[in-house]
Amino acid sequence: NIFKVPQAAPVAVFKLTQDFNNDQFPNKVNLGVGAYRTDEGQPWVLPVVKKVEKIIVHDDRLNHEYLPILGLPEFRSSASKIVLGDNSPAILENRVGAVQCLGGTGALKIGAEFLRRFYNGSNNTKTPIYVSAPTWENHNAVFSSAGFEDVRPYRYWDAEKRGLDLAGFLGDLESCPEHSVFVLHACAHNPTGTDPTQEQWKQIAEVMMRRKLFAFFDSAYQGFASGSLEKDAWAVRYFVSSGFEMFCAQSFSKNFGLYNERVGNLTVVARDADNLKRVLSQMEKVVRITWSNPPSQGARIVTITLTSPELFSEWQENVKTMANRVLLMRSQLKAKLQALGTPGTWDHITDQIGMFSFTGLNPKQVEYLVKEKHIYLMASGRINMCGLTTKNIDYVAESIHEAVTKVQ
Amino acid sequence: CTRYSWWGGVQMGPPDPILGVTEAFKKDTNPKKMNLGVGAYRDDQGKPFVLSCVRKAEAIIAAKQLDKEYLPIGGLAEFSKACAQLALGPENEVLKSSRSVTVQTISGTGSLRIGANFLARFHPGPHDVYLPKPSWGNHTPIFRDAGMQLKAYRYYEPSTCGFDFKGALDDISKIPEQSIILLHACAHNPTGVDPRPEQWKEIADIKRNLLVFFDMAYQGFASGDIDRDAWAVRHFIENGHNIVLSQSFAKNMGLYGERVGGFTVVCKDAEEAKRVESQLKILIRPIYSNPPVNGARIAATILNTPELRSLWLEEVHGMANRIIKMREQLVAGLKKNGSSHNWQHVIDQIGMFCFTGLKPEQVERLTKEFSVYMTKDGRISMAGVTSGNVGYLADAIHAVTK
Repeated sequence: NIFKVPQAAPVAVFKLTQDFNNDQFPNKVNLGVGAYRTDEGQPWVLPVVKKVEKIIVHDDRLNHEYLPILGLPEFRSSASKIVLGDNSPAILENRVGAVQCLGGTGALKIGAEFLRRFYNGSNNTKTPIYVSAPTWENHNAVFSSAGFEDVRPYRYWDAEKRGLDLAGFLGDLESCPEHSVFVLHACAHNPTGTDPTQEQWKQIAEVMMRRKLFAFFDSAYQGFASGSLEKDAWAVRYFVSSGFEMFCAQSFSKNFGLYNERVGNLTVVARDADNLKRVLSQMEKVVRITWSNPPSQGARIVTITLTSPELFSEWQENVKTMANRVLLMRSQLKAKLQALGTPGTWDHITDQIGMFSFTGLNPKQVEYLVKEKHIYLMASGRINMCGLTTKNIDYVAESIHEAVTKVQ
Repeated sequence: CTRYSWWGGVQMGPPDPILGVTEAFKKDTNPKKMNLGVGAYRDDQGKPFVLSCVRKAEAIIAAKQLDKEYLPIGGLAEFSKACAQLALGPENEVLKSSRSVTVQTISGTGSLRIGANFLARFHPGPHDVYLPKPSWGNHTPIFRDAGMQLKAYRYYEPSTCGFDFKGALDDISKIPEQSIILLHACAHNPTGVDPRPEQWKEIADIKRNLLVFFDMAYQGFASGDIDRDAWAVRHFIENGHNIVLSQSFAKNMGLYGERVGGFTVVCKDAEEAKRVESQLKILIRPIYSNPPVNGARIAATILNTPELRSLWLEEVHGMANRIIKMREQLVAGLKKNGSSHNWQHVIDQIGMFCFTGLKPEQVERLTKEFSVYMTKDGRISMAGVTSGNVGYLADAIHAVTK
């Protein structure tokens, strides 16, 4: 008929879960999609979220009216405070604003659309956008679909030493065109789990400031990485205190477990209140032609939680629970691999942070795990630590041992 | 560091015309003030209305203690299915042969945006989208930003405050083949003027091989009858048009802030539908990854639970009826005041909005002298009219038009 529409390839991470779901093997393990799992391998609705949802459903004063285009005002301000700190000088100077968005993806999208229209000239689609090598697989698509023609990698992961390629990273910062945009992972780098140290962040910031590069932070794991909100926001706050005008795309999918409610916030740090006002007014226009205004449920849950001292404490405890389970699985996996005498060093498993670990397994070894052992992980060797439980960790460790020793 | 800003050259965006109305309304201290700009239903006390079927659905959902795992990119399957069935009718041959795809979207805006992006990428014909004159203000910027060109066909006849049927047929029959034409399925926004069924039939028969894009934001809300309001959509399909369709549940379920909508592409067969679906996902993923669950779950629960569905149909009927009653009372009030004008269009028009025919100077007087707020084009939201203020409104309109 009218459409000559080719079949598109499925998104890899979702295909992986689909294959896992179709697998009948009783001891199958899903180490693919990035969502938290309990030690029983189940999704976890945070107890504080359950509590707050009850409050919402019983509050007859609440209705389903449209939110403002930029979102729920109290959500935007309390979410920005979470990443920048209550006493952030930038907030006190009235130069911080935000746009409530659909998840971290939505926040990246609105930021990208704004940058394409207004950054480095007018509608400058040629401004280079740098994303880490490797990075979350959707970063590329977000920026290219916003119209940017030149999305490039910056050196990040050193596969040989299984750590940060700082020299390469700094080298790319020094040699890139001025005004390039860099997408920085605030903490718990996806997929490598490898973050710069504070000293390394300082070096990165120094070059970026000197070379007039734009910092666009992606903060999807605040609290979830170390268990501490402050610690996980250190890099973002350092950049703010260094005087950057910048964006930070925040996701509350993982740290609130609100994946399907699509709760995100694009925090904007501007030079002053006047610039901020104009920026937000233009972001409003972008929002209006994309989704008009954001969904209210998730934002309500987060706002009620963040603005009540007891609920806020309870949330922090829930976040620590998740972070701690991940840390436990990391240390146990490493211990078991070392006990098995699996060739190679496995320190990176505990050096890395957050949900993901770049195991260093090669594609053939990954294929072995998927096909022979029914352990599902990304072709890159990325595993979701949340997929590990006390019940399956022995099977996984032994299987990794097999893959490494049998398959080269 | 310097005080230099990246954003020095960023201009202040123009204020949203409709939001501006509400802002001014909020500042007004006149106790008799009326906000007729708002595109959201109000009950007879002028309050937002949460449907009982929605509250009941929410209680059912809460009791299920469901997890919060990501939805698929295309959304909640039971919602998308029910959404398509609502629009097309459950026995529709299109659904039985699986030759359509419906994805959950961020309400009507999100649906139009995905649709516009899809057409921009895949439509083989001219990238001209023909909108009725006038159309919803946000249609133009959405399609334009997606890279489409905007054109218009005659629609509203100011001299009758009615449908310019001859003008529409004339213009539509000259649209270059394979162009895209956007039609409001029912309760045209902003005019409230809908074609009659026999007029729809003639429009459907125009042989220009056009891609028909239906925007249905008011199914059930227009006449009170969901099947009657979807008649045009179903007729076009029956007559061989493989349409694309945007649906919103903002108004008919009062789920405004939950952002519930759907985008449907009717294809030639199931195989094509699968290909189209795969491409819609590619378009959705870099915008928001996957849609919000809450509203879709409420809508699905209502549509798929017989008692709730019946209750919903009653409530939607009730909302439509209240609007119809306000139209009648407004006209009665104007007659009583001795107005010499013909206000029949207020009753003939349908849905939330009424194109009064008032001129900008009259609108300005209404706002300045009577604190009645509406958009400059003379559009009023009947949802803002209550039995308590309809008399005042009739007085005010009479005063500026006599």
